[in-house]
Amino acid sequence: MTELAYKTTEEVKEDNIDFEVRSLDSLCINESDIKQPWWYDLKYILPGILFGIILVKSEVISWYRIQEMFRLQSFHMYGVIGSAVVTGAISVLIIKKFKIKTLYKETIEFNPRPFSKGQIYGGLMFGFGWALTGACPGPLYAQIGMSGTITFLVLLSAVAGTWVYGWIRNRLPH
Amino acid sequence: MNITQFLSQPWPWYIAGPLIGLMIPLLLILGNKAFGVSSSLRHICAAALPANLAFFKYNWKKELWNLFFVAGLVIGGFIAAYLLRNPEPMQLNPALVAELGTYGIVPTSSFLPESVFNWSALFTLKGFISMVVGGFLVGFGTRYAGGCTSGHSIMGLSTLQWPSLVATICFMLGGFLVANFVIPQLLK
Repeated sequence: MTELAYKTTEEVKEDNIDFEVRSLDSLCINESDIKQPWWYDLKYILPGILFGIILVKSEVISWYRIQEMFRLQSFHMYGVIGSAVVTGAISVLIIKKFKIKTLYKETIEFNPRPFSKGQIYGGLMFGFGWALTGACPGPLYAQIGMSGTITFLVLLSAVAGTWVYGWIRNRLPH
Repeated sequence: MNITQFLSQPWPWYIAGPLIGLMIPLLLILGNKAFGVSSSLRHICAAALPANLAFFKYNWKKELWNLFFVAGLVIGGFIAAYLLRNPEPMQLNPALVAELGTYGIVPTSSFLPESVFNWSALFTLKGFISMVVGGFLVGFGTRYAGGCTSGHSIMGLSTLQWPSLVATICFMLGGFLVANFVIPQLLK
């Protein structure tokens, strides 16, 4: 914390803007008082690999499974998402109840997510895209590892979509 | 049955779902990170083409973990696809197989229908809408909604956020409409 005392007003202001902007769409802001070198973040490759393997092996990144889900022809996707939520909710309860800390002894924080009309309009748009591509963002990445260059094109379109949102965001109802 | 055969089988929902749910405490304990994938698209924009837009003017390096996480996703997809691949065609609902058959789509062990998702199909209406328009809607919609299946439907619902429930219902409703009314016309 002593480090903060040496910050100029200008720097603090910049940090605040940064925090505001990043917190727009985050449940946790991931702000940490511990300063760690960037390569500490490399460890997140491992849960990513694990998640990628699960997504492929459970076939939830299959276009066909997504069509089945939206046509109510299979329980598979509902089972995966439903049991993931139950497991996640139990884990969060345990973390809160026993005040479990992070590996670096920091308190685990949860920030409430405010409601915005974007969850309705944006949610519907994402639903359209999910049915068309057969992929939500996680699967988009896993499909690149699996199906190669053509899925890279889908990812690029998604990056373009995010960019255009950032461009016209002020003119959209929220 | 040997270990490779065992691993190459598809995993049932009651194995995969809880494993995905465990990503939440794993990321929280590793360093207070909220499970979510779509924000990585925003960090890519912020890193590559911020264009002086307020939405992309933040220190994306503080969110570097998310980019490593999605890099891991690509590697994981590659490992599962090449080392643990299930050589059999997927077991699908016969009604879906019959319907797709009328569009000339025959499911294989691949996860995408090759007649729609390939480079030459890019210049057909169904290919362009499925890949480019679909991808655009995923990127635009998730950011507008503030999250995707992982951030809203899994992380948000697990922490009992009602706005995430609204978002999830809209995801499903949007997908339901397109899959039942648009895709049959598109693939015809």
